[in-house]
Amino acid sequence: MDLSYSAEYEKFRGEVKAFLAGSWPLRGDEAKLPGEKRAALFRERAIAAGFLARSIPKRYGGSEQAADVLKAQIIRDEFARARAPGEMAGIGPSMLVPTLLEKGSEWQKERFIAPTIRGEIVWCQGYSEPGSGSDLASLQTKAELRGDEWVINGQKIWTSGAHRADYMFCLCRTEPAAQKHGGISYLLLSMKQPGIEVRPLRQMTGAADFNEVFFTDARTPKDWIVGKRGEGWLVSRTTLKHERNMIGDAANALATFQSLVSLAQRTTRAGKPAIQDPAIRQRLVQLEGYVRSHQYSGYRQLTKAAKSQDPGRVQLMNKLTSTNIGNEIAKLALDLLGDDGLYEPGERTLGAGPRSNAQWVGQFMWSLGSAVAGGTANIQRNVIGERGLGLPRDAAASAKG
Amino acid sequence: MNFDLSEEQELLQETVRQFAANECPPTRVRAIFDGDAGHEPELWKGLVELGLGAIAVPDEFGGAGLELLDQALVAEALGGAALPGPFLAHSLAGLAILWAGSDLQKKTWLPRLAAGERLGTVAFDDGGERWQPSDWSLPAGPTLSGVKSAVPFAEHADLFVVGTAGGGLALVERGARGAVTRDLHGVDRTRRLGELALENTPCESLPNGVAASARVRDAGLVLLAADAFGGAQHLLEASVEYAKTRQQFGVTIGSFQGLKHQLANLAVEIEPARGLYWYAAHAFDHVPEESERSAALAKAHLTQVYMQTARDAVEAHGGIGFTWECDVQIYFKRAMFDRAFLGTPAVHRERAAALAGW
Ligand SMILES: Cc1cc2nc3c(=O)[nH]c(=O)nc-3n(C[C@H](O)[C@H](O)[C@H](O)COP(=O)(O)OP(=O)(O)OC[C@H]3O[C@@H](n4cnc5c(N)ncnc54)[C@H](O)[C@@H]3O)c2cc1C
Repeated sequence: MDLSYSAEYEKFRGEVKAFLAGSWPLRGDEAKLPGEKRAALFRERAIAAGFLARSIPKRYGGSEQAADVLKAQIIRDEFARARAPGEMAGIGPSMLVPTLLEKGSEWQKERFIAPTIRGEIVWCQGYSEPGSGSDLASLQTKAELRGDEWVINGQKIWTSGAHRADYMFCLCRTEPAAQKHGGISYLLLSMKQPGIEVRPLRQMTGAADFNEVFFTDARTPKDWIVGKRGEGWLVSRTTLKHERNMIGDAANALATFQSLVSLAQRTTRAGKPAIQDPAIRQRLVQLEGYVRSHQYSGYRQLTKAAKSQDPGRVQLMNKLTSTNIGNEIAKLALDLLGDDGLYEPGERTLGAGPRSNAQWVGQFMWSLGSAVAGGTANIQRNVIGERGLGLPRDAAASAKG
Repeated sequence: MNFDLSEEQELLQETVRQFAANECPPTRVRAIFDGDAGHEPELWKGLVELGLGAIAVPDEFGGAGLELLDQALVAEALGGAALPGPFLAHSLAGLAILWAGSDLQKKTWLPRLAAGERLGTVAFDDGGERWQPSDWSLPAGPTLSGVKSAVPFAEHADLFVVGTAGGGLALVERGARGAVTRDLHGVDRTRRLGELALENTPCESLPNGVAASARVRDAGLVLLAADAFGGAQHLLEASVEYAKTRQQFGVTIGSFQGLKHQLANLAVEIEPARGLYWYAAHAFDHVPEESERSAALAKAHLTQVYMQTARDAVEAHGGIGFTWECDVQIYFKRAMFDRAFLGTPAVHRERAAALAGW
C-alpha cells in the first residue's frame, strides 16, 4: 500500500502543472472575455495538450490518449487545485458522448461529439415518462418511420435542462409488435422545432430545472437513430467505461462535509459554537466515518481500475452511498441552521459567503432529488441485492422485465 | 498510488483463512464457545506456528517484523471465522513490551511470546469505561495494588501488561505474590474476560510506558476494527446464504424486497468501510500525524457497523436467529466485545472530534 504516485506519474503531474502555469488563468485581452468564452478557449488548449477529452479520438475533437485512470485522477486534482475548467460537465458529455463512441455511426460521431465536448451544443435526456419511471421499459412515446423521417408523438417528463437544450437523446417505441424491451429505439432529435413543446416544472426548491416535453408530430431524420431499430434499450445501457471518475465523487462528499464542519463552527447553540455541543460532535464524527469510508473505497476502486481488476460489488454501491451521505449531511446542516432554515433558498434571503445558509436549505432539498434522479434509492437496493448479493429477482419486476 | 493489498498480504490473509477453515470450522468454534475451558492451547499453538504469536515484532526477537496492516489483515480473517483465542490481547502485550520495554525486557519476553511459550495479555480497564491511558488510576510503584477488570484470558495468561496511573505500563507475572485472577463470564465466549486483583504485587515497570501506552491502545483499536469488518462480512454472507435457501409463501425469502433491501443496506454499510481500517492501519506506520485519529474513527465506525449487522443478521434468520443454537449469536457477542473493549464508539468519536481541534 502506497498512497504516493510513482516517479513516472509525478513527472506527468509536473507536465500538467507546467501546462496550467502557462495557460490558466488567461492573460491579457483574453482575460477580459466573458466566463464561458474563457473556459471554452482554455478547454480547446487543454484538449490540444492532451489533458482533456482523453478517451476521445482526435478526429472527433478529443486528444486520444491511452486510457490511464491514475493520469486522469492527477489531471482532475491539479485542474481543481488551479481552479481551471475541467471536462465539460452535463448530460451530453457524460452520457451521450460515450454512447456515441461505442454505438454511434461515423457521421454521428463526426457531427456531434466535438461541439458537445466543447459545450457548443447542449443536450437533454428524454427517458422518463409520466407512466414510466423506474419501469422505464414500459415507455409509450412512439416514433414512426415515414419516408426519410421519424415522426414522434408522446410525452416525456422530468427532463432536466430541456428548456436550454439544442438536442435531445431519447427512447421511443418504434416496434409496436415487439415485446417490452425489444421495441425501443434510441433517437436523437432537435429541440428547436415546432413539434416540440417544453413546459417547465417547478421543483420544491422553487427553481424550474426540469420540464415536461410534449411531442406532436415532432420530426427527426431517419439516420438520427443510434444503434439499430429495436436495440435502443441496449444502447441506453452503454455506460462510461473509460477513466471512470471515482475519487472525484468522494472528494465532493468530503468537501461538503468540511463545509458542514465550518457551519457547525459558525452557528451557535446556547451561546456557544454548535461544534462544542457533545451531540453535534457525535453526529459529525459518525458522519465522517461514512465520508472517509467512501473516500478510501474510492482509492481502492481506482487502484483496481488502474490494474484492470474488477473492484467487485462495491462499485454498484457508489450511487446509494453518495446519496446516503448527501442526505445525512443535509439533515445535520438543517439541524444546525435552526430557524435560519425557515427561509427559502433564493437569492433574496440569507447572506452569501462560501456556503450561505440559503445554500444549505437548497442542499437539503436537492439531497432528496438525488435519491430519485437517475434511479431511485430503492431501485439501487434492488440492483445491489440482485446483481451484487445474488439474491433472487423481484418477482413482479422480473415478470415485466 | 496503490491502495490495495500486496500479493504477500493477500497470501497471509488467505493462509489464516485456510487455517481457520481447516483447524477451526464452525463446529469447533461452537464447541469452544459452549465449553468451560475457555482457551484451547492446541488451537493457539497452531496460530503461533503460523508465526502469528508476534507478527509485528522484529526478527531479532523471533517475530516476523511486519506492519500493523498485516496484523490487522490477520485480525480480519480471525474475526471472519469468529476464531476463539487470545490473538488480540497477546499481540498487544507484545507490542507494549516492544515499544515500552528495556533491551533486557525485550530480549527476555519477546522471543517467548513469539514462540508461544508464554501467553501475554493486557490489563487496562479500571472499570467504568476507564480504558484510556489517561484514565488509569492504579498507582505505579515497585509493587502494585488494585483491581483491573475486563482482562482478556486473565485465567490463562502467563504475563500481564498492566496500565498504571499516568499512562504507565508494568509487567506482572502469573504467580506473583498477591496476584489473583478470576473469570468474569464475559458475553463473548471466544475471548474470555477476567479480573486481575493485585495486592502488593511485585512488578517490573516498562521504562517507556508513558510514551508508548497510547500507541498500544491505537494498535488495539485498529485490530478491533479489523475483527469487526471480518465479522460483519461473514454475517452478511451468512444472511445472504440463508435468504437464498429459506422458503416461505412458496418462494425464497431473498426475493422479498423488505429483506432484500435490508441486506442491500447492510452491504452498503459494510463494503465501503473496508478502506477505513486499511487506512488506519496504514497511517499507523506511515502517516504519524493521522494515526491516532484514524484509529479512533475506524474503531468507532466499524464496531458500530458490526453491531448493527449482527442485529440485522439475527432478524434475517428469523426465530432460529434468536437461538443459542444459531451461530449468529457467536458473532453477535463478538460484536459486543469489539464495540465496548478499549472504549465505546461514543468515547472514540468524542476523542476524534477533540483531535480534529473541534
Ligand atoms: C432532479 C431530477 C432530475 C431528473 N432528470 C431527468 C432527466 O433529465 N431525464 C429523464 O429522463 N428523467 C429525469 N428524472 C427522472 C428520474 O429518472 C425518475 O424520477 C426516476 O427514475 C423515478 O421514476 P418515477 O419518478 O416515475 O418514480 P416511480 O418509478 O413511480 O417510483 C416511485 C416510488 O416507487 C418505488 N419503486 C418503483 N418501482 C420499484 C421497484 N421495482 N422496487 C422497489 N421500489 C420501486 C421507487 O423507488 C419510488 O420510491 C429526474 C428526476 C429528478 C428528481
